[in-house]
Amino acid sequence: MNIYKHELKMKIGSVIGWSIAVFAIIFIFMAMFSAIAEDAELLNETLASMPEQLLQAFGMTGIDMATVLGFFGFAFTFCQICIAIQAANYGFSLVSVEETDMTADFLLPKPVSRSRILTSKLLAALTALTITNVVVWVSSFLAISMFRDGRPYDSQALILLLAGVLLFQLVFLTVGVVVSLFMKRVRNVTPYTMALVFGAYILNAFGGMLGEDTIELITPFKHFDPNYVLGNAGYDVPLVLISVVLVLVSIVGSYRLYTRRNIQTAM
Amino acid sequence: MSIIEVTNLSKYYGKARGIEDVSFNVEEGEIFGFIGPNGAGKSTTIRLFLALIYPTSGQAKIFGKDCIEFGPEIRQQIGYLPSEVFYYDKMKVIDLLKYSASFYDRDCTQRMHELADYMELDVKRKINDLSYGNKKKVGIVQGLLHQPKLIVLDEPTSGLDPLMQQKFFSLIRDENERGATVFFSSHILDEVQRLCSRVAIIKDGGIITIEDIKTLQKDNYKKVNIVANGLDAAHFDVEGVTNLRRDDGAVQFFYKGDINVITRLISEHDIADLDIEDPTLEEIFIHYYQ
Repeated sequence: MNIYKHELKMKIGSVIGWSIAVFAIIFIFMAMFSAIAEDAELLNETLASMPEQLLQAFGMTGIDMATVLGFFGFAFTFCQICIAIQAANYGFSLVSVEETDMTADFLLPKPVSRSRILTSKLLAALTALTITNVVVWVSSFLAISMFRDGRPYDSQALILLLAGVLLFQLVFLTVGVVVSLFMKRVRNVTPYTMALVFGAYILNAFGGMLGEDTIELITPFKHFDPNYVLGNAGYDVPLVLISVVLVLVSIVGSYRLYTRRNIQTAM
Repeated sequence: MSIIEVTNLSKYYGKARGIEDVSFNVEEGEIFGFIGPNGAGKSTTIRLFLALIYPTSGQAKIFGKDCIEFGPEIRQQIGYLPSEVFYYDKMKVIDLLKYSASFYDRDCTQRMHELADYMELDVKRKINDLSYGNKKKVGIVQGLLHQPKLIVLDEPTSGLDPLMQQKFFSLIRDENERGATVFFSSHILDEVQRLCSRVAIIKDGGIITIEDIKTLQKDNYKKVNIVANGLDAAHFDVEGVTNLRRDDGAVQFFYKGDINVITRLISEHDIADLDIEDPTLEEIFIHYYQ
């Protein structure tokens, strides 16, 4: 419990920062909704005239900007990028930061097992991500109810989309942890985070452009594609299962690697 | 009872050697010195004790229990001061100490404040703002606040001023008198000499010798310095004499063996001055490393 509390305390600032970011993205986008919806005819026409590949790259195919959820799905992609960066950042730094900051020499000689340390840290990160997740939920419903201008929307589909955030976060968190444990040393978390998040994003975008189905299967941006979920009011279950498997494999791998890991010295 | 039992312990980092086939025991209540130059394997050995790294082969037991298998349990009773101290920079000293104390079964609050007062540590400051020496003090307090039965020190005095070193040594002696066993790794021989009852000398990942400090100093070698005119150094080149040197008007050498042999030899000459003394650990050390 003490490690969990300590870890959570260290993350408070970061959680507040990311929560403000997702809140701002959702609000700023949705504030533009009513203006855009009025000229939706024009916008949809413009979009239709753009190259199909470009639209796919930005996840904008088959969406109707005139509907609440059509527009929200578009905005939510950017929100997802933020959420992914936060989760991946927590993942990559979860254990590695103790080694780069040399605090592992403080923590590990304490009378706790490695697996308890990892469990506490994972739970603390999960709590931090859940706080951001709650902010996403609240901001989404608040922004939609404020800016939808009486236009109808399918709240079930929205709930379904938001329900996927937790698993989406977990993928980036746990993959980050296991990758960092494969490394001898992670000196700086940012490049890894960016590579993972934008790698996954681009994979989804390019997958769409190339019409290539196989490579996009591994990216969570595909598994939790807002346009698909909102459009179909449901998930592509086999794809979501890939995410579940990714999380499970990463967690098991992380425990195995961490409990056998040789901690580097200061030099 | 042996507090630490090390048997055929080896650790390789890939192909690089950490330590090789190291065996020794540390008995309850002693202050055990562990000396060797940088890179000899001192920190590797300590990190194996604390399960920071895992052995390639062999075993280390503390309190009769395997360091890896029973790690968390035995670490309840180990206090560790790493050579390089780094803590969560954003925290205040008092928060770090409380965090450290929260890992132990017993209530450490009183001892924590006693130690901080004794080491003249301002607990309200942020760790980030502390000098290296003050961070070291944080390390000392966090390592001792739970009154451990085994204290593991990895080059503990670097960064402490001489006055603080004195205080620190007397603190370690007090802990030792209270019953704590101390494992003291250092490359500064003088401090090992002052504090320890037994030493192991480690070189290139292997133990060269383990002896009582007194044995090491007294029984083994005498440092002889004879001042006389026209003395022939070759005259003293007998069995047991090493490091024979002639230094204008004086002859110096180390002697190991029956002291009467050498005094008779000296008495054959008309000498001006004579010193026979125990060599410092430094000199013994250099001897071992030649």
